[in-house]
Amino acid sequence: MKYAYYPGCSLEKTQRGYDESVREVFKALDQELVEIDDWNCCGATMYMSVKETVSLAVSARNLALAERMGLEILAPCSSCFTTLSKTNRILNEIPEMRRDVNEALAEGGLSCSGKVRVRHPLDILMNDIGLETVRAKFQRNLKGLKIAPYYGCQIVRPDKTFDDRENPMLLDRLFGACGGDVVYFPMKLRCCGGMLMTTFEETALKLNKELLECALNNGADVMVTTCPLCHFNLEAYQGKINNFYKTTFNIPIMYFTQLLGIALGLPAKSLGLDSSFIPLGGKINSLAEAHYA
Amino acid sequence: MEHATLQLPGLMTRTEADLRQIFLRQVEAIPAGERIKRCIQCGTCTGSCPVSYAMDISPRQLIALFRAGELETIMKSRSIWICASCYACTTRCPSGIKITDVIYALKRTVMEKGYESKAPQVQVLAKLFVDNLMSYGRLHEGTLIRRYYMKTGIFKLFGFIPLVKKMYETKRLALFPKKIKEHKSLSRIIKKAQEIEMRHVPEKLEYSAEFVGYRGLGEMKLESRKGE
Repeated sequence: MKYAYYPGCSLEKTQRGYDESVREVFKALDQELVEIDDWNCCGATMYMSVKETVSLAVSARNLALAERMGLEILAPCSSCFTTLSKTNRILNEIPEMRRDVNEALAEGGLSCSGKVRVRHPLDILMNDIGLETVRAKFQRNLKGLKIAPYYGCQIVRPDKTFDDRENPMLLDRLFGACGGDVVYFPMKLRCCGGMLMTTFEETALKLNKELLECALNNGADVMVTTCPLCHFNLEAYQGKINNFYKTTFNIPIMYFTQLLGIALGLPAKSLGLDSSFIPLGGKINSLAEAHYA
Repeated sequence: MEHATLQLPGLMTRTEADLRQIFLRQVEAIPAGERIKRCIQCGTCTGSCPVSYAMDISPRQLIALFRAGELETIMKSRSIWICASCYACTTRCPSGIKITDVIYALKRTVMEKGYESKAPQVQVLAKLFVDNLMSYGRLHEGTLIRRYYMKTGIFKLFGFIPLVKKMYETKRLALFPKKIKEHKSLSRIIKKAQEIEMRHVPEKLEYSAEFVGYRGLGEMKLESRKGE
């Protein structure tokens, strides 16, 4: 299948590990990604707080560009995924909104029907490509690696998307199939605070500390994420959490596509693993090679 | 001669009536927004919220206050700014109320009315985010964070030096913002959307003393939408 790829602002540089690993994994699974030409920021959660029609128009410009390509959108960032899906849904359900937004889009020679499908890579991997096809391509066994699957709040909420809204299982199933030891992680959907790290730092530090604590207490070696914001909060602020709470967390945080890439036998460098602050290190090398051959 | 605002119990004040008008217009734009009428005050939202412990008014209380005709109290709270938009409340509400979206509507009401909030830093961040998007079409995190701390506390910026160094070393630092190609067309779209937004601001209605609380609920002018 061919998808209109929408990397989003964070993936461009600061979270290049996610971008590189998504591209590599999809290439390895024979899927084609065509980046949407000249996409703009989706507006994230911030814009919604200011002006409604404007925030919808900004986000809808991307939907319109993808519609012109005639493809489904692939949006790896959870926040972009939610914002784009939500815009799509509002345009589809409220005709007055669709009319207003299209009037604005016409200024740029674009139009949008609200019928573009917005997809998350996890959804495509598990529901379109299918676990059996992915399993056939495994090169390395993740046996012995204890994985805490962290879904974050935005990929399965607010609307019913592709997994359960209270206890999603797709990451669990994916890494279980890789041979990994998926640990009990009841906080899989608990919010990381997102932008609160900037505006209400203490609150956000507490939320992230609880997440790390939960992973550590359940014996996780690594935490996998699906969202650049969760990833950044958990990874880049781990030192600050340690200072603040006098803890000693040193948990590697990986994008789920990075860990999947390892299972698929892709070279660490191509997955952007050199961009991690807390590397998985020797654990990768000790994983059994060619177990599935 | 100035008339004293009516302050009879159970009747809405003029300020409150104005606020309510703005807020309800915002709620109307939410799919299934009218479900706000159905709140049973069970508190599932507050119990599900990961940050309600840090709020001065809990999500359940927000709805109770709105019903009681106390929107003005909400406008001055810090609660609505702590919401990180994780949608835990929205998914669990037994009455199907889109609480996260209601909170967004409250935020927009505050922004529109220009109230001074207890958490001005969130408004600063939101405004800078919008500026950033307007200037480049994409978000440049470096510029956003730098400008945010220049406005809210410049000394905090120094604390970021080790992080910036680490990001530079791992090739994750974008030094300069990049403009999208069709930047002019995006600006035109935004300008037009702003114009359209203004079109929906109704002219001020004559103030009539409405009932508040449970008595007033039946009079809420919200239409049900198809498909919900």
